[in-house]
Amino acid sequence: MKRGLLALCVALLALVAWVVFDNFADGVDTQASAVSGPATAELVAQGAYLARAGNCVSCHTAPGEVPYAGGRALATPFGTVYASNLTSDAATGLGHWNAQHFWRALHHGRSKDGHLLAPVFPYNHTSLITRADSDALFAFFQSLAPVARATPAHELRWPFGTQAAFAVWRSLYFKPTAFHADAQQSPEWNLGAYLVQGLGHCAACHSARDALGASGALDDLSGGVMPGVNWYAPSLLSVTETDLAHTPTAEIVRLLKTGQSSHAWVSGPMGEVVQNSTQYLRDDDLRAMATYLQSRAQQALRDSREPDPAAPSRKPSARSVANGAAVYKDHCAQCHGEQGQGKAEVYPALAGNRAVHMPNITNLVQTLTYGGFSPVTHVQPQPYGMPPFVLTLSDRDMADVLTHIRQQWGNQAPTVTEFDVSRVRVLQTH
Amino acid sequence: MKLIWTFWACLIWSTSAHALDTSMAERTRACTHCHGEQGKAGPDGYYPRLAGKPEGYLFHQLQNFQQGRRHYDLMARLIEPLPEAYLRDMAQYFSSLHVPYPAPALNASGVSANVLARGKALALHGDASRGVPACVSCHGAQLTGVAPDVPGLLGLPLDYLNGQLGAWQSGQRRAHAPDCMAQVVKRLASDDLMAVAQYLARQPLPANTSPVSLSVLRASNPAPTKQQVATDARTDATPAATTWTCGSAPGVVGVQP
Repeated sequence: MKRGLLALCVALLALVAWVVFDNFADGVDTQASAVSGPATAELVAQGAYLARAGNCVSCHTAPGEVPYAGGRALATPFGTVYASNLTSDAATGLGHWNAQHFWRALHHGRSKDGHLLAPVFPYNHTSLITRADSDALFAFFQSLAPVARATPAHELRWPFGTQAAFAVWRSLYFKPTAFHADAQQSPEWNLGAYLVQGLGHCAACHSARDALGASGALDDLSGGVMPGVNWYAPSLLSVTETDLAHTPTAEIVRLLKTGQSSHAWVSGPMGEVVQNSTQYLRDDDLRAMATYLQSRAQQALRDSREPDPAAPSRKPSARSVANGAAVYKDHCAQCHGEQGQGKAEVYPALAGNRAVHMPNITNLVQTLTYGGFSPVTHVQPQPYGMPPFVLTLSDRDMADVLTHIRQQWGNQAPTVTEFDVSRVRVLQTH
Repeated sequence: MKLIWTFWACLIWSTSAHALDTSMAERTRACTHCHGEQGKAGPDGYYPRLAGKPEGYLFHQLQNFQQGRRHYDLMARLIEPLPEAYLRDMAQYFSSLHVPYPAPALNASGVSANVLARGKALALHGDASRGVPACVSCHGAQLTGVAPDVPGLLGLPLDYLNGQLGAWQSGQRRAHAPDCMAQVVKRLASDDLMAVAQYLARQPLPANTSPVSLSVLRASNPAPTKQQVATDARTDATPAATTWTCGSAPGVVGVQP
C-alpha cells in the first residue's frame, strides 16, 4: 500500500516534471546580441504585408483605438482574454523585445519574460511561421509609433487562467512545429498550405473546438461553431457547405478579395477577415491559398462517402408555407428579389446561395437577427446592408421565412422549425 | 426597322429597370428600417430622427456606439466593422436631408402646468443654484442645434428624450471628454430631467429648423466672463464654473447662468 502510494507520488512528480520540461525547455537564447540585422524599409514593408495576411490587427486593436495597440476583449467559454499591445512602446508594448523574444512568442507561445501565453493567441498556427517571416513581422511592429496602452489582465475563471493550466493544456494540444513542404505538390500548393495553416490560421475558426477550447489540427478545415460569437464557420472541405471542390480557383480568389463570388457572399466574422486581411493580399498569394483549399476539398471528396444532399425533411405545414411567403414578400423581396435573384454586387441572391441551404442554420438566424453590412473593400468602399429583424420577426416568422428561402427557386434544404431557430437564438449574447 | 426600334426600346427599358441604385438612400437601408424613411424617425416613438441633424453630431454618435460610449446592441453590432470614412459619409448623407418635421404628437394636456413651467425654466434659463446652464446656451436659441456638432432638441419622441437623459445620468451614455452633457445632467434631479423632457417633447418646430452657426450661437449668448473652466473630472465639483467646453463640440462655449 505504502509502496503503491510512493509509486503514485513518483509518477505524479515525473508527470509534473515532464509538463514543466515540455513547456519551458525550448532552449531559445533570448540574449539580445547577434540576433538580427538592422530593419530595412523592405523588411518593414514585408512585415506589414505578413501582418495583413495574419489578420493581427483584428484582435490586437480595441474598437476605435490605434491599430495594433491591443486591448480588444476576446470572449471565450472560460472568460475574457485581452489582446496585447504590439506597438513599440517600451512599458506596455514590444519596445523592449528583441527578434528572439518575438520568435519565441510565435514559435513556442512564450512571452518575453518566459511566461506561457494564453492559447487564444493561435500560436499552434504561428509556430509554422518561418524565422525570416517572424523577423519581418517583428521589424514591422517595432516600426509602429509607441502607444502607451497597458493590456488589461485576462479575466479567466480559476483555474483556466493559471500558468499551470496553460502548461497542461499545451502538453495536451501544442507542439512547436515547422512547416514541412509536401514534395508531391507544386510550390504554389505549398505556399498556399503555409499561408492557410500558418499566418492565415484558418482552422482556428473553420474547425470545431473541443471542451477545453482546442481547435482541430492545423489543416483541419471541417467547419465548426465559433464559441463566443455564435457563428458557424463552414467546412471548407464539404460539398454541401462551401463546395470548393467544384469552385474555380479564380472564384475563390474573388471571394477572398471582394467578399463576393458567383455563389457565395461572406458575412459575419469572415467579413472582418476579408475587410482587414485577405483583400490586401497579392493575387499570387490568394491563388496559392485557393489552389491549396480547392485541392484539399477535392481530396476530401475523393475520400468521402458523402451521402447525396438529403431531400427536404418534414414537410412544412400549410400555415408555415403561407406565413413564410408573406414574410418574404413584406420584408425580403424588395432587396433579394421576387425570385430570390438578388441584385448583382448589391444584395446577394438567395436562389442557389450555399449559405442558404447549408444544414447548419446558425448564420441564417444570426443574419436575420442582427443584419449587417458586406465587408468594406477596395472595390466596395460603401457596402450595402441588411437591417436587424429581431424586433420585427418572431422565432416562428424566422423559421417560416427561412424554410421559404430554403425550398424555393430550386433550393432544396430541410425545413426550419421554430425550435431550430430558438436553439440558435438562446446562444446569442446580449 | 420597327424591329430595331423595339429592340432599342427594350434595351433602354431593361437597363433602366435594372440600373444599379448606387444612392446613399439604398446603401443606408439598414439604417432607415428602424430610423424611418429618409431617417425621419421610426414609427414606434423610440428611434430618433436622423434627417437634418448636424453632420459632426451624427458622426460622433456612430463613433460613440462603435467605441462603447453609447449602448444599443443592435446599433453597435450593425456598424461595428465599418471604417471611419464610411461613417462620415453616412453622417453627411443624413445631415443633408431636409425633411419637414411633423407637429409634436403631445399637447399641453397629460402633464401638470408646474412640470411644464419647470421644464421651460431649465430649457431657457438653466438653474443657477445647481450650476446648470440653459439648454439654449449650447443647443441654440431656437433649440435647433448648432452646426456641425450640437444636436437640436425638438421633434424628438418623449420616450427617446427620457431614455437619453436617464442614460446620461447613469453613465450609460457618454461623449468625448470633457463630457459636458454628462456633467450637466448629473447636477439635475430625476424630476428635473423628466420636466425638461416633457417640455421639449411638446415644443413646435420653428419655421427654420436648420442648426444655427457657431457665430449665431455666440451672438445669442451673453458674453462669457474671463474665467473659463474646462469641465473635466477635476472641476466636476465646481458649480462655480462660468463656461462649459465640450469634447464633442469644439468651439461651443456654453454659458453658466
